[in-house]
Amino acid sequence: MIEIAVHKKLIGSSGPMKLDLALKLAEKSFVALAGESGSGKTTLLRILAGLEKAEGKINVSGKAWLERGKSLPPQEREIGYVFQDYALFDNMTVEKNLLFVRKDRALAKHLLELTELSKMKGRYPATLSGGQKQRVALCRALMNHPKILLMDEPLSALDPSMRTRLQQDILKLHKEFGTTTLMVSHDPSEIYRLADRVILLDHGTIKQDGSPKEVLLKVKGSQKFSLTGELLEIIKADVIHIAIIAIGQQIVEVVLDEEESRLFKAGDTVQVSTKAFAPTISLTGSTSHL
Amino acid sequence: MGWSSLDFGPFILSFKLAGITTAILFIVALPVAWWLSQTKARHKPVVEAIVSLPIVLPPSVLGFYILFALSQNSPVGAFFEEQFGIKLVFNFTGLVVASCFYSFPFMVQPLQSGFENLNPHMLEASYLAGKSRLKTLLNVALPNIKPALLSGLIITFAHTVGEFGVVLMVGGSIPGETKVASVAIYEMVEVMDYGSAHIYSAIMLLLSFSVLLGVYIFNRQYKKHLGWRDD
Repeated sequence: MIEIAVHKKLIGSSGPMKLDLALKLAEKSFVALAGESGSGKTTLLRILAGLEKAEGKINVSGKAWLERGKSLPPQEREIGYVFQDYALFDNMTVEKNLLFVRKDRALAKHLLELTELSKMKGRYPATLSGGQKQRVALCRALMNHPKILLMDEPLSALDPSMRTRLQQDILKLHKEFGTTTLMVSHDPSEIYRLADRVILLDHGTIKQDGSPKEVLLKVKGSQKFSLTGELLEIIKADVIHIAIIAIGQQIVEVVLDEEESRLFKAGDTVQVSTKAFAPTISLTGSTSHL
Repeated sequence: MGWSSLDFGPFILSFKLAGITTAILFIVALPVAWWLSQTKARHKPVVEAIVSLPIVLPPSVLGFYILFALSQNSPVGAFFEEQFGIKLVFNFTGLVVASCFYSFPFMVQPLQSGFENLNPHMLEASYLAGKSRLKTLLNVALPNIKPALLSGLIITFAHTVGEFGVVLMVGGSIPGETKVASVAIYEMVEVMDYGSAHIYSAIMLLLSFSVLLGVYIFNRQYKKHLGWRDD
């Protein structure tokens, strides 16, 4: 069990802010940390890693990391940390990056095999793609059998197909090692796929804490099927109006009548929902996994 | 005046002085540059200003203060003379001490900016891997600033070879002891021995150019080695 109760004064983008958080993380859980930028997600990760000072208590399986002003240095915390910008050691090959953390050749070999990087072990980071670099960073973070794996938006710099690949790797490694994981993410599909719990932060405090289903599915009322999107444009076609709406990466059309068309304008955030019909899904392609 | 009668003593002395100064400064400047690059201390600008003073001070002013501080009449000079029997002015030891002050910023600044340009997350990743500050400095920070390190070494060396005012103030011009190439050229011009002055100056020019060319070629190769695109 990891018990955290920390507070710290921060200067956020919208002026001074107080970070005040109390939470417990179960062993082997995978927790996603969501919230707008400036809500304190990265700061919480850095406090846990010992890279930033804070007041309060952090207790990890009976060992005090932070207590009454005494802070265990990052070197002694046994943390795995994956940065958004990879932060690999540029002067070392892929394999050396892992071995620098701990001289455990068997573990390094195993990790590189799991992430299909064995062929790259002699390459330098500058010659790798973003996705490959982040896989190396993920392996490196697990080299010291960390008590907690902290990931700060690990996939946000990658393109969508690479992201899916990395999500599979993260899931694979989580199943294999069972490392308690705290990951900052903005991507609902990523959170849904990986996490078993989501904590939503707002201005330094916990706004919501629950399963991905509870936190992410925003359906209210009696709709059976509902999506949130941005209204891009309303086009008049004969007697009807067509609303062009962006939902995620998709653009859809919804027919409106004269009266409805006057209620909305371009730029509005709208909910597209239906009650009467059950939506159906069919297979268009598969990215197969695990 | 021909090649055969040319005395290469001043050149050898210049390079010996520059080599020793560079080696000493690398060891002294490394922790200073590392500290300056990592610290958030409030008095950092004060330290930076002191480190950079030799760049803006006229060499004669710097030389005068060093001469004053190291002479037998000062506490420092008296201490070294009494305790170790070492004289610090008008000899080679004095030149080394003076050169270290004079070239200090030329070693600190490239190293500091090299360290400052490193991704701070990379250093944090090393700390989180359980590595101490010293191990991080030697195994992660230093190997990743090779071009800056080489610049620091070469510029310090070249700057010390090219030193004139401070050397003249602290060392005088004792053949084989403190008469370095730049001072020798000055004296040749003074006695209107333009032939020798030309040869000496041409050698200095050629050596300096070769050294700098070597540095830039190395930096290019190094970037290619790391897989950076050269654009």
